[in-house]
Amino acid sequence: MNAPERKLTLTPAATKSDRGVGARMPLVDGIEKVTGTARYTADLQANGVLVGKILRSPYAHAELLEVDVSEALKLPGVRAIVTGADCDVPYGVIPIAQNEFPLARERIRYIGEPVAAVAAVDEATADLALSRIRLRVRELPAYFKAADARVADAVLLHENKQGNIERAVHNEFGDTAAGFAAADLIREENYDCAEVHHAMMEPNAALATFEPERGHLTLWSVTQVPYYVHLTLAQCLKMAAAHIRVIKPFVGGGFGHRVEPLNFEVIVALLARAARGTVRLLMTREEAFLTHRGRPETQIRIRLGLMRDGRMTACQAEVVQRGGAYGGYGLVTILYSGALINGLYNLPAVKYDGYRVYSNTPPCGAMRGHGTVNIRFAFESLLDTMAAELGIDPIAIRRRNLLQAPTETINGLKVMSYGLPECLDWVEAASGWKARKGRMGRQGHIGKGLGMACSHFVSGSAKPVHFTGQPHATIALRLDFDGGVTILTGAADIGQGSSTIITQIVTEVLGVDYRRLRLIANDSAITPKDNGSYSSRVTFMVGNAAADAAQNLKTLLVAAAARRLKVTEADVEWFGEGAAVAGDPARHIPFEDIAEEALVGVGMLTVNGTFTCPIEFQGGKQRGGAVGSTMGFSYAAQAVEVSVDLDLGKITIDKVWCAIDCGFAINPMSVEGQVQGAVWMGMGQAMSEETVYENGRHRATNFMDYGVPTIVDSPEIEVHIVESIDPNGPFGAKEASEGPLSGFMSALAAAVEEATGHRFRMLPITPEKIFAVRQEQLAAAANEVTAQ
Amino acid sequence: MKTILRLSVNGTPREDAVAGNALLIDYLRDGLGLSGTKQGCDGGECGACTVLVDGLPRLACGTLAHSVAGREVETIESLSHEGNISRLQRAFHEHLGAQCGFCTPGMIMAAEALLRSNPQPDRAQIREALAGNLCRCTGYVKIVDSVEAACGTEHAL
Repeated sequence: MNAPERKLTLTPAATKSDRGVGARMPLVDGIEKVTGTARYTADLQANGVLVGKILRSPYAHAELLEVDVSEALKLPGVRAIVTGADCDVPYGVIPIAQNEFPLARERIRYIGEPVAAVAAVDEATADLALSRIRLRVRELPAYFKAADARVADAVLLHENKQGNIERAVHNEFGDTAAGFAAADLIREENYDCAEVHHAMMEPNAALATFEPERGHLTLWSVTQVPYYVHLTLAQCLKMAAAHIRVIKPFVGGGFGHRVEPLNFEVIVALLARAARGTVRLLMTREEAFLTHRGRPETQIRIRLGLMRDGRMTACQAEVVQRGGAYGGYGLVTILYSGALINGLYNLPAVKYDGYRVYSNTPPCGAMRGHGTVNIRFAFESLLDTMAAELGIDPIAIRRRNLLQAPTETINGLKVMSYGLPECLDWVEAASGWKARKGRMGRQGHIGKGLGMACSHFVSGSAKPVHFTGQPHATIALRLDFDGGVTILTGAADIGQGSSTIITQIVTEVLGVDYRRLRLIANDSAITPKDNGSYSSRVTFMVGNAAADAAQNLKTLLVAAAARRLKVTEADVEWFGEGAAVAGDPARHIPFEDIAEEALVGVGMLTVNGTFTCPIEFQGGKQRGGAVGSTMGFSYAAQAVEVSVDLDLGKITIDKVWCAIDCGFAINPMSVEGQVQGAVWMGMGQAMSEETVYENGRHRATNFMDYGVPTIVDSPEIEVHIVESIDPNGPFGAKEASEGPLSGFMSALAAAVEEATGHRFRMLPITPEKIFAVRQEQLAAAANEVTAQ
Repeated sequence: MKTILRLSVNGTPREDAVAGNALLIDYLRDGLGLSGTKQGCDGGECGACTVLVDGLPRLACGTLAHSVAGREVETIESLSHEGNISRLQRAFHEHLGAQCGFCTPGMIMAAEALLRSNPQPDRAQIREALAGNLCRCTGYVKIVDSVEAACGTEHAL
């Protein structure tokens, strides 16, 4: 397994309980979900609530000369209208790249950008008010492709960014010239990936209450990171953060859409303050597509050098991302694409040139597998092609390039555990690879194929977005007279199951019946700050904090038990639901007695647990070197079997086998669910999903046109868990939710190549593209016959 | 203009003044407080609002409330009886058929309609019956597993 010896004392109990770590525990909030009692933001009741609506720009690029709201304000029932004039503070998730206003000021940069918002007594009045707002603009040339935005005389979207380049990254690790000189085979190819979107099931929604007497604002929103939203509200509304409360109800998915503070969250707060009341903003599916923050359209030129035996000598990649109109997470995305070329294989030299380009399209951002997905598609695809040229099997060539953990990559990323070899072994056996690859054959007009690929992802970014000196994760446990333990966490459960994982860890460490625990998450007035649900950080970081908190509480409880039993702490045997004198089980006291003793003289206990990634894990010293740094990489290998209808170009995915090295499966059922969801989301990007802009207007602002796969389009996905027991993860655990996504595309492309004889180097691989290739193949074959 | 709508919702006869252009989803959610029925799209695409009308699955977001006058409407809130969750609810809970849970009420109602007409569906039939219900979290595998488990036809993948 290549895993170093464990340094932490966290090990699961020898006998797995049905609720501790290692258990296939159902979600702690699952009953609410299956009974329909779970309350999402749109389900919240509120008295005297006003209806909020946003007016969005029909212009792709324009100077905004005037927003005339005078006619709209005259309508009875209109309680507030806000425009760019009401907020002159830019915001953005990255402190050094804040260039977006919640409502456009002076410049409009994409179709769909909010320019004004109304709060009215009902929806009809709000709609009517929007229709009476007049915009006066001077249109500017607009750029919908990265190449167009980069031409020499292009109008700058942001004055401080020459060439409309938001961020250019140039770095080289190792000696690529020497690496290519030593290579026996060098190939260079181009790859194109369409822009994709999260399409989480719950549309965006927010509810805000402003209480004017005290000047207090409360916001309920669909966020993945309530803490960023809180900071952004304070900044944009120029309010003390202490006067703001942010609550996250149930959230219906996110996948990265909601890791940034979003414009509507500020807008609803501005409306509530202006109306001195409560405003609900329920947005359409179309508005979610326009808010976007998805994975950018990407062009990749990649060059790889291999020895005759398949060992890698050097890689060079140029990546261009069409980032959309604002900064958002953009500079992180372009850095990730370069950084995580490393960390999967033993790669001695990498040169990377990345360009994040502004364009007049909705802003891109973070999406599951942030920054790594498209470059992984290119890398794995090129590796396959070159392996074929060298006559090496795709799995064999990957085995020749494995890492040995613990190790550090050339760009300063630490790899502490590495279960990729075991992942490859399982995928090879489960898919029948040795007997079947290359022999899948054709059955009439159905071409069969098998393909595979590897991928990886971080278990949380080791360096947080804000440098506060505070721990990277904090959990509080509260114990009072009733003997119940309440877990207080700021980690946002958005469906990935973080609340369940945290509960399992606390159950394991305390040893209590899980029903003694309740979990309260994401109310800034109650729960500790958390850096949020992004970069697959929660299981690793918050999990460690939860274990620490439980250990701290247990220490207090053991001391209390010792006092009550009148023995030393060393003489207390801890059973979780009670304790006894060691060696004298008859002298047993229940948890309630211990809790009662623990509260004597101090009252309610609140015990903290924390976790912080040590500085040595926070990446290389190069500029942007923190991006990609993590304490634990997940590893995945997958094989995809397809049937391609050669007449229609339609691909059917017959089966996917995916092995995941998640370190340790705190909840194996949850790991399977996350892996299946990730692989499937990769399938959507690989086969059908695509945002489409026509002169800057989004043409696919609904599930069907955008191409979300249905259950009928979706395969069986068999998951195998490899436990490499990471030295720093809680109980050895690492992430499982993002890494498996990025292997799908190239595995599919390889399978389709076997089925059709053509290697697709662009995404998505649609029936139209396969059909076109088939027509060319048939025409070429016909010409050959004629020539003969 | 509002007129009286008479129908049965989750077994209870109702008479409510409802606007002629009101959609069934808004009547259920805003009028009756049955917020288990979800709106996930701008109309007719995602299936999150699936309810049963006379036992058959129907998209509440594409149904005028008055068009189901005199009919029996069932929502997710009707499936638990006397504190017992239904077999489908239990199966979705225990087999992780729900992750974020937003599609779950509609998914379970569509599955409920299937099991009433076909108590022992195979995996292909389950997929066919749920083709109108989108999920973005699960990749659907554990949804099929859950429905199978509910009808006792569960088998290893």
